[in-house]
Amino acid sequence: MKNKYSIFSLIKNSFTYHENWQRAWRDPEPKKNYDVIIVGGGGHGLATAYYLAKEHNLKNIAVLEKGWIGGGNTGRNTTIIRSNYLWDASAGLYDHALKLWEGLSQELNYNVMFSQRGVMNLAHNLHDVRELKRRTHANRLNGIDCDWLDTKQVKEFCPIINCSPDIRYPVMGSTLQKRAGTARHDAVAWGYARGADSFGVDIIQNCEVTGIKRKGNNIEGVETTKGFIKTTKVGIVAAGHSSVLANMAGIRLPLESKPLQALVSEPIKPIIDTVVMSNAVHAYVSQSDKGELVIGAGTDAYISYTQKGTHEVIEGTLKAILELYPIFSRLKMLRQWGGIVDICPDASPIISKTSINGLYFNCGWGTGGFKATPGSGNLFAYTIAKNEPHKLNAAFNINRFISGDLVDEHGAAAVAH
Amino acid sequence: MFIIKCPYCGERDHTEFSYGGEAHIVRPKQPTELSDDQWAEYLFMRKNIKGLQYERWNHSHGCRQWFNVARDTSNDKIHLIYKMGENPPK
Amino acid sequence: MSSKFRLQSGGEINRSEAISFKFNGKTFFGYKGDTLASALLANGIHLVGRSFKYHRPRGFLGSGSEEPNAIVQVYKDEAKKEPNVRATEIEIFEGLEAKSQNCWPSVNFDFGEINNLFSPIIPAGFYYKTFMWPAKFWKKYEYFIRKSAGLGISATQRDPDLYDHKYYHCEVLIVGSGPAGLAAALIAAKTEKKVLLVDEKPEIGGSLIGSNDNVIRINNDTPKDWIKKTYLELLKNKNVQILNRTSVASYHNYNYLIMVQNLTDHLNENDKKNKIRQRLWKVRAKKVILATGSIERTMIFDCNDRPGIMLSSAVRKYLNHYAVKCGNNAIIFANNDDAYETALSLHSKGVKIKAIIDIREESNGDLVKKCTDLGLKIMWKHSVVSTGGHKKIDKVFVMKLSADNNSVVGDKIKINCDLLCVSGGYTPAVHLFTQSGGKLSFDEKKFYFYPVKTTLNQISIGSCSGIFNLKKIIQDSNLKVNDFLKTEIKNEIIVSDYNSGNFKNIWLLPSDKVTGKTKSFVDFQNDSTANDIKLALREGFKSIEHVKRYTTTGMATDQGKISNMHALGIISEITKTKMGELGTTTFRPPYTPLTFGALVGRNVKQFFDITRETPMHSWHKKKGAKFEDVGQWKRAWYYPVNNENMHDAVQRESKAARNNAGILDASTLGKIDIQGRDANEFLNRIYTNAWSKLDIGKCRYGLMLNEDGMVYDDGVTTRLGENHYIMTTTTGGAATVMNKLEDYLQTEWPELKVFLTSVTDHFATVSVCGPNSKKILEKIVKNINFEDQKFPHMSFKDGIIDNIKCRVMRISFTGELSYEINIQANYGKAVWEKCMDAGKEFKITPYGTEAMHLLRAEKGFVIVGQETDGTITPVDLQMDWIVSKKKYDFIGKRSLYRSDTMKDGRKQMVGLLTTDPNEILEEGAQIVAEVKKKPPMNMLGHVTSSYYSPNLKKSIALALVKNGKNLKGKKLYVPMQNKIIEVIVSDSVFLDKEGNKLNA
Repeated sequence: MKNKYSIFSLIKNSFTYHENWQRAWRDPEPKKNYDVIIVGGGGHGLATAYYLAKEHNLKNIAVLEKGWIGGGNTGRNTTIIRSNYLWDASAGLYDHALKLWEGLSQELNYNVMFSQRGVMNLAHNLHDVRELKRRTHANRLNGIDCDWLDTKQVKEFCPIINCSPDIRYPVMGSTLQKRAGTARHDAVAWGYARGADSFGVDIIQNCEVTGIKRKGNNIEGVETTKGFIKTTKVGIVAAGHSSVLANMAGIRLPLESKPLQALVSEPIKPIIDTVVMSNAVHAYVSQSDKGELVIGAGTDAYISYTQKGTHEVIEGTLKAILELYPIFSRLKMLRQWGGIVDICPDASPIISKTSINGLYFNCGWGTGGFKATPGSGNLFAYTIAKNEPHKLNAAFNINRFISGDLVDEHGAAAVAH
Repeated sequence: MFIIKCPYCGERDHTEFSYGGEAHIVRPKQPTELSDDQWAEYLFMRKNIKGLQYERWNHSHGCRQWFNVARDTSNDKIHLIYKMGENPPK
Repeated sequence: MSSKFRLQSGGEINRSEAISFKFNGKTFFGYKGDTLASALLANGIHLVGRSFKYHRPRGFLGSGSEEPNAIVQVYKDEAKKEPNVRATEIEIFEGLEAKSQNCWPSVNFDFGEINNLFSPIIPAGFYYKTFMWPAKFWKKYEYFIRKSAGLGISATQRDPDLYDHKYYHCEVLIVGSGPAGLAAALIAAKTEKKVLLVDEKPEIGGSLIGSNDNVIRINNDTPKDWIKKTYLELLKNKNVQILNRTSVASYHNYNYLIMVQNLTDHLNENDKKNKIRQRLWKVRAKKVILATGSIERTMIFDCNDRPGIMLSSAVRKYLNHYAVKCGNNAIIFANNDDAYETALSLHSKGVKIKAIIDIREESNGDLVKKCTDLGLKIMWKHSVVSTGGHKKIDKVFVMKLSADNNSVVGDKIKINCDLLCVSGGYTPAVHLFTQSGGKLSFDEKKFYFYPVKTTLNQISIGSCSGIFNLKKIIQDSNLKVNDFLKTEIKNEIIVSDYNSGNFKNIWLLPSDKVTGKTKSFVDFQNDSTANDIKLALREGFKSIEHVKRYTTTGMATDQGKISNMHALGIISEITKTKMGELGTTTFRPPYTPLTFGALVGRNVKQFFDITRETPMHSWHKKKGAKFEDVGQWKRAWYYPVNNENMHDAVQRESKAARNNAGILDASTLGKIDIQGRDANEFLNRIYTNAWSKLDIGKCRYGLMLNEDGMVYDDGVTTRLGENHYIMTTTTGGAATVMNKLEDYLQTEWPELKVFLTSVTDHFATVSVCGPNSKKILEKIVKNINFEDQKFPHMSFKDGIIDNIKCRVMRISFTGELSYEINIQANYGKAVWEKCMDAGKEFKITPYGTEAMHLLRAEKGFVIVGQETDGTITPVDLQMDWIVSKKKYDFIGKRSLYRSDTMKDGRKQMVGLLTTDPNEILEEGAQIVAEVKKKPPMNMLGHVTSSYYSPNLKKSIALALVKNGKNLKGKKLYVPMQNKIIEVIVSDSVFLDKEGNKLNA
């Protein structure tokens, strides 16, 4: 077992100038054979390995990461966590995750800084109001906390939002999920890695999967840049490259991989104490503990694996930010970056078995996978261990694209008469 | 940030164009004859290639014409542009 | 007014223009041409800020955009307050007010400094290891963490300044106006090409600014004279444009560069007025020449962060360019010859050089020899091991390096001083190059990354490509630029330069102390030390990105310009990995932070998004209409009279429309003109219903699906002629429907001869409904016979109003007798007014979208986007009648036959009546069959539309309910927050099921 992290361990270690801290995770060479191989060392993959080891008593597990753990979308997102989804299936999935978030720092003995500062979703027209109220009611009846704020209450809850009736798209109200918030993205990957490692999971970085070996309809192992590794079960959680790996296994997925950008401002003293999202004008903003405004931009429409999007997307986002927060005009963009998101036609993920025995996919999280990290890992672990979905992820199977039973979370199409 | 050479208008900034997804997916002539699986294949399944992809673009803020583009999705380099109805280069 | 540290003469400041400014509330004087940094230094002020974590006193390190320490808050004004501005880049102006950040109550006495005492227990990543107990307390811990984090303070009012955007195309863009950039510009100027030369600094010249006149001559001139001459020379060429104060923020693929030009920050308040503050340039360059220079490195030793410890090149620039001495008793600490130029400069201006400490064993360079000749004390193979002085350096401790350089040996020598000039060599500024996708290579001998491979039309020249000797820079630039521009232009620039000795690099200097006790800063602003990096590595954070994120090295507002190389170097030394294999962290844009204001430009307030108004808009406005945003359109929502509230207005309008006559502005509906031989077949393929038998002059309602079988849009299409139709779409769907139709036509069915034209904006549409509508129309459209037999429901006639042609459709979305007049847009308002006049005697009443929604709901007509949400099929809407069974195919047909879309018990559209007829349901409310004491409850669906019907005198609603069509008459419940509302499932048509009113 690892040393426990606490203020006491920090003090104790200060006497030896912190020179005796253990590794947070080992750096093993791959074994020849594993019971389960997880491809992708992001938050979802590491969480999957953690729960496989912890809850399903599997010990011979490897996580293969082509770069460094947490280096994909885990380390590139805007860290928003919420569960106020419309459909029952989504609400179940995301609230399962939210409940796990609530105890995650203690569970992992790693402070993931889950900060329940609330998430607002603003309405800017009658259509928004109708749809967000619909969601509020659905959330309430699903047992998920969600309040409706009118414009005056919006102003009270987050005073810096421009609630003037004279702006182009005035704020007409907002939902508020108080249990929602943000977390420290890197810490989630590191905490799960440390936890998984302590259960004996091998986390192997700089190990890219280059092929998936099948015998008939069964998995035999994976080819990697560190050689062939035998296994009968492969769980793929490689956001941004799901289709590339599916291609290696000879199957196709209903995904498109697109650039998604985000940016932060220079750090400033606390100015916004919640997370504000607006679909209609397209602006998402929160403030990190360090003081940077964390701003999510949109996706570009085309497929790209470059981790770079277009400047116009950044400009469009900031335009919306200044519409809602004109006081931010003199703040400066410190850093912008891009990631690759795998988008499903119904804007819902896939956590599913496939037509190949022993091959499982966890993908299609689009722009919002971070919030699901613990839940996604937990349910994917269940699906892999039992070879059947948990009831919470049953709706997120691949076959829904054949039957038509989609979980459409685009929200209603913004069409008005 | 692309510059796209519309086969009808010439080189223009990418902001004049809209993306139309993978090219050469032909709408089945007899959809009713297809199984649900086959229909889903047409409707949803995509190659989503990392590398050279044949894709459709529309000069939406220009001549409104659709055309095909061969672009490397790993570096966004455009290799070839050709008109609708023309076959992809081998 | 004399400032203690200002030289009596020299420098490029304008001594005739004294400027007063305030720093931390105290008034100081400087000269035009000073930066806040140089002006403060002239006044002997070094302490300007506190570090992020330990609140250690910090002074100026550099002299430009690389500065990590001296960042200040500018302005007091609540609207113009700006945080985190580098004092090294602020050009002072009369009235400037700046103050230190991240300190309380003052920079001199900062309570936060207590953190420094706790520093032993708060190493890198400490927060991941604690604040976990008790679990509920994180919120409280976080409150204090957040309060103590952050740097400056945001403005609290709207920015009054203007920002601008400019698109620019050029053939050659040169970034950087140092010696390489100027050499390139001289060549490019002689071509016919359009050339743009930009530099982030106020003055051109790059590294030559502040160089020592006695050491360097160019064409026999001093560097500053040569720069001036070159500048004038370049200006003579009309094809050359030069922009100063212009920083390239990002370099995108396809040679697309975003730059920001500062236009007024350096001006006096009065001169700033009515001027654009910053301009964002969006540049498309055929060819890009990067001459971005290099950034001097500091060195990593214990307590290397005190005020008064500065980069050697910065000290030289302050001295030679601003005529400011950064101290009186200087020590030079170097690993290269460049620092000796600083020593010579300082010495010549009367600053005492207490010692030159050089980690090398020797150097045979010319400058070293000069220093020796002058009798300056050089301590070879020595290193600074620590420094002293709290708010300002007052001494250094020096020891001899061991033979292997891994430790220090011998006695510790103390030398008093008030300035330590550090020179750790130069790092090529490859930021833009890598942003553009270029690949770097590491030179294991010279210890830097340099550009090697690019896919774009660009070159790197000068020190950003790894050449530091001036003579070589000029030669190399001439060669490369001629080659790049395919020219053979002779560009003779004769440089008298000096020979340099070798440069020697040690990333982390050894110390006599226990390593754990040292504080050798790598990232000054974020307070990450060499020990933090070691801790990260010890804990298994192996990748440079992990180390960066765990220790926050390189994540401060300078984005690692100073710290990144040392962090990499230390990792490389500890992990025994070659730097080249380690790779760099990603250089993310922007190069220097830029304001949101500049990025957004003019797209603020009313220009945030365009507003579309109908030709009748001004009429609605005059009548006091309230408007609703529908997409970009402003639609009249309701017309309150006599201070009516919305409910009363809508009730009145709705009644009027049913009892007398109502008039609606329907101009926003999408209109697509369809012509061609195969128009009929085309409509057959895109709509769910059959279109083959629509006679000329007839109208038909159509429903359009997505290929996934879900309802996409609806509207009425009219056959105007043999091969001519006009289609209407929903307001929000107009553009997407047009695109979709065009897509199918061009890519799936090129064999169809059909031509589509969007004519939404070309026609205004006036819809007149109600029992009196016919009489009104008869009055104004003289050439149409409005008799029911001649002009029945769902038909169309060409008409004339005065001399103007119009199209009149008899179609209805309200269930009333109703006509739509379509007229060329610019006559819209006139026709509307004519209808109002003609309708006066028939009590015509304008009604808005809200009443329109109510009226159609009474009739159970759906609104796409309200009754549908992308998951609803026509069958779900109980509109099976509109789905042709006979047609072989239409868009979306196949999807209707998938197992899930066919299954029973899907959500279906029904009507809902509340048991209490006065209870109006909330749109969006959820419906259950069984109310439970507490959630979760099994939801059957939701209320899509809900109104109080003045015509039926009861509340009505439309809803989507699971298995709804089999639940007619059943009681269901709508559980609200504070009550439970009983509802009965009903038919969705509430009024006039037989359709009698259509022919009233």
